[in-house]
Amino acid sequence: MNVLALEFPPVTHLTNWPTGPLGFNKVAGIYVFATIATLVLFMIAGSKKQLVPRGIQNIAESSVDFVRNSIIMQTIGPDGLGYLPLLATMFFFIFFSNITEIVPGIQMPANARFGIPLMLALMVWVVYWVVGFIKQGPLHYLKNSTVPPGVPKVILPLVAFIEFLQILVVRPFSQAVRLFANMLAGHLILVTFAVLCAALFALQWYLVILPFSFALLVFLTAFEILVSFLQAFIFTILTAVYIGSSMHPDH
Amino acid sequence: MSMLHLIAAQDPGELQKGLTAVGRGIVYGGAAIGPGIGIGIVVGNAITAMARQPESAGMVRTTMFLGIAFTEALALFGFVLAFIISG
Repeated sequence: MNVLALEFPPVTHLTNWPTGPLGFNKVAGIYVFATIATLVLFMIAGSKKQLVPRGIQNIAESSVDFVRNSIIMQTIGPDGLGYLPLLATMFFFIFFSNITEIVPGIQMPANARFGIPLMLALMVWVVYWVVGFIKQGPLHYLKNSTVPPGVPKVILPLVAFIEFLQILVVRPFSQAVRLFANMLAGHLILVTFAVLCAALFALQWYLVILPFSFALLVFLTAFEILVSFLQAFIFTILTAVYIGSSMHPDH
Repeated sequence: MSMLHLIAAQDPGELQKGLTAVGRGIVYGGAAIGPGIGIGIVVGNAITAMARQPESAGMVRTTMFLGIAFTEALALFGFVLAFIISG
């Protein structure tokens, strides 16, 4: 079923991979890899704690520091540090399942399927509703998040309805669609230029280095590394923003 | 219009496929206009802010990514909708 990306799969596989036994396919395999990679990274980093970090411990510590300083402290504040494990594992899981987009032999971003981004977004949805209910109480949470201060009485019902839809539907949907559509778009662009390169190679082998296909393919591959990091970052930072807005209402 | 009638008389399925493709293009192209302008405004103002106060660059960058993410969502809805449309 063409698991390794050694030849081009049929175009229909772009949106619909064939499934093996128990519905297990390549995308599910990538998710298993991402889970194990996240687990192994932190277990190795935590097994031998050294005062001066080296190797994997260095990577894990600096990335946890990154999540702490540039995600949590910028959005929730010091009292959001309890969410560091959730946000750090979420960041790494998304990053590992995105980065397979440019790994030779795999070349498939697992988040280009809608399932797991939707599940992650629904998980975030549950977390910020529960946090809001616990920290502010159900009525205060609903009032604080649907009635923005300083709105004229006349348009208040409309604004309250929109804000309620925002926390009920729009937030998880847009968060899931953002991750999914970015990865699918990047994958489609890479596929387009790779197909072009392959067609030129089949025509005359030396035509493959024509700049518009080949140079753009190399450049876009580098760009997709940035995108897969950035999408993991944005998903995590939006999670932090939503949790923060449940903890501290706007005054 | 007579050209379309001619094609439709010969092969209606082909005309439908072609018009679906045109519709997809219009949907995504239309959805990309507003967010393109919006992201330009967001990033441009963030650069201005960073140039004026380099010491607050970290905070501005975080907020800039948030603004980009919210603005970009509309374009991505258009992208997904273009896939959903089928002839």
